[in-house]
Amino acid sequence: MSTDKTLSRRGLFMKMGMLFNGLVVTVLAVPILRFLLSSVTRGRANRYLSWVSLGTVSQFPEGETRLATFRNPYVTPTDGNTADTACWVRRIGGEQFQVFAINCAHLGCPVRWFPQSGLFLCPCHGGAYYQDGSRASGPPERGLFEYPYKIQDGLVSIQAGELPTPGASAALLGKKPPCA
Amino acid sequence: MRLIAHIGEWFDRRLQLAAPIREVAQHPVPKNTASWWYVFGSAALVVFLLQIITGIMLALIYVPSANEAWNSLQSLNHDVTLGWFIRALHGWGSNFMVAIVLIHMMQVFLFGAYKFPRELTWVVGVFLLLMTLGMAFTGQVLRFDQDAYWGLGIGASIASRVPVLGPAIVKLMLGGPIIAGATLSRFFALHVFVIPGILIAFVALHLLMVLKLGINEWPMPGRLAKKATYEHEYRELTLMDGAPFVPYAVWKDLFFAAFIVLAIAACAAYFGPFGPTGQPDPTIIQTAPRPDYFFLWLYAVLSLLPPSMETPALLIGPVIVIGALLLLPFLSGEGEKSWRRRPIAVLTILLLAVTLTTFTHLAGYAPWSPQMNAWSSEPIPARFLQHRTALERQGALVFQAKQCHNCHGLEGKGGQRGPELDSVAVRLTPDQLIRQVIQGGGNMPAYGKNLRPAETTALVAFLQTLHPAGQAPARDASRAVALGGSGENSSVASPTSHP
Repeated sequence: MSTDKTLSRRGLFMKMGMLFNGLVVTVLAVPILRFLLSSVTRGRANRYLSWVSLGTVSQFPEGETRLATFRNPYVTPTDGNTADTACWVRRIGGEQFQVFAINCAHLGCPVRWFPQSGLFLCPCHGGAYYQDGSRASGPPERGLFEYPYKIQDGLVSIQAGELPTPGASAALLGKKPPCA
Repeated sequence: MRLIAHIGEWFDRRLQLAAPIREVAQHPVPKNTASWWYVFGSAALVVFLLQIITGIMLALIYVPSANEAWNSLQSLNHDVTLGWFIRALHGWGSNFMVAIVLIHMMQVFLFGAYKFPRELTWVVGVFLLLMTLGMAFTGQVLRFDQDAYWGLGIGASIASRVPVLGPAIVKLMLGGPIIAGATLSRFFALHVFVIPGILIAFVALHLLMVLKLGINEWPMPGRLAKKATYEHEYRELTLMDGAPFVPYAVWKDLFFAAFIVLAIAACAAYFGPFGPTGQPDPTIIQTAPRPDYFFLWLYAVLSLLPPSMETPALLIGPVIVIGALLLLPFLSGEGEKSWRRRPIAVLTILLLAVTLTTFTHLAGYAPWSPQMNAWSSEPIPARFLQHRTALERQGALVFQAKQCHNCHGLEGKGGQRGPELDSVAVRLTPDQLIRQVIQGGGNMPAYGKNLRPAETTALVAFLQTLHPAGQAPARDASRAVALGGSGENSSVASPTSHP
């Protein structure tokens, strides 16, 4: 025991009690924080991404750009329709493709393809892109997001699973954007 | 009567609340604060209570699941007795709440009520404003429709721009890699538990300080607030010229609050609930998402900022605005309170009001967005086609088929993204028209790859006919010289246009 007069027996107990509570809080904070951050930690090292098929190569005529949909590879039971995702598939020719995210590179609104003028137009803030996804005009700072794709057994597959956003895109889509 | 008094006494013996409540009700307030200018705070509180009550009622039916939310809203709108009215009350209540909170804040600012000793009341008020806006945004998300879905996408795109932490913030906000079930669940938790909890605590703090420090006196021009003397002066004022809050001032609060609730109910009954719009199905891309009215100004700002300014403005702008609001009472905690002697304060409010109104008005018709269906839904006015050659009419077809009409208007119809073309031939020479169409520029995409030479020729021939009857189309003067006076429009060449 210390000889300090200001520290009584009760006072010491109170301090120990507070310390004990602090310890308990610290110990409990670990699982609570891990729970709260699970959606971040779970996605480390691109673990949300996987290959999904968009259909056979023959579904996409050469020289044309078509809308394709796929079910997000990472789903939870309550996702409903929200796990269905759309993307634009451009078959340049043969096995050469470009698969663009539906989300505008500005703020994520769904871009629409106009084959007659060869442009993707965004309904929100007026972003426009050329048929190769490069920026044509408007507020976007870059071209459309592109999914990595591969052709296997006559199927077109893309690597998808995360919402493409302007900040995350470089790491997310693995590929340098086709910036104009 | 005696029995009621008896029961009342029984409870008060145990609760001992009657005396403090009476004290609060009877606390003296300066007489001239019993004004219609001082009713907005209490009205905001009453609307908040209405929101809590209607919110709890909605929660009886609403299902916070991405799979079910939209259907449960439909059932509220169409199946549940008066479900539509409760939804409408909650939606209109939220609109009124944002408006009243802003008006309250403006009044407090103009009356100098944030000055010593009420700095902390103001600071808590700023947080109350932020939480009110937070409730508005999360509430819009719970109306889980197309606007909500793409609105979340916009929120995620903004959040992703935070340096380094951006991607992590997005996943934290969405509760996963995409906008889906977990996203709605966490916005439900925020809207129903987290923000209201903090809001109630902060409202209590805010009210406590109003009671402890007293309501701000009516500002007199020339009466300066000083830290050394203010509290003493205020006490004198309430003693000399004060009146008990109840009933001297409270009747105006009561009347105004009832009027506001009635106005909300009238709007709800007349206009009905908001949405939900289309299903939150991301594969339905025929949609033009719009935010609710209190964020329309932001929608306009995001469209009009130059691309390079956008990320800095999005990330630094809020810090500056919130920082300025929080620092205000510490930078000008003393001195003149009356708006009559604070021209900069009045001008600031006017500037903000004009700016926000202008942006909101612009967002109402969004001239920056292409009109996605104009090419197939807006015909070219007949007068632009009469007495035209076959080539020019072919050009008009190209104009429609290549979606030029989506961005360019003719006689006010069509998109407003680019300039209206009614008199484009006066502004641009044929060569300039060709260059503009093929190379684009000035926010117009280049069409060189998507127009065959014949199409370009036809299109430009059509564009050249677009000029008012009495006005000649533009021409290149140097060309007339180079071609020895035999160039196009040479008959109107004038010597003054020579270099």
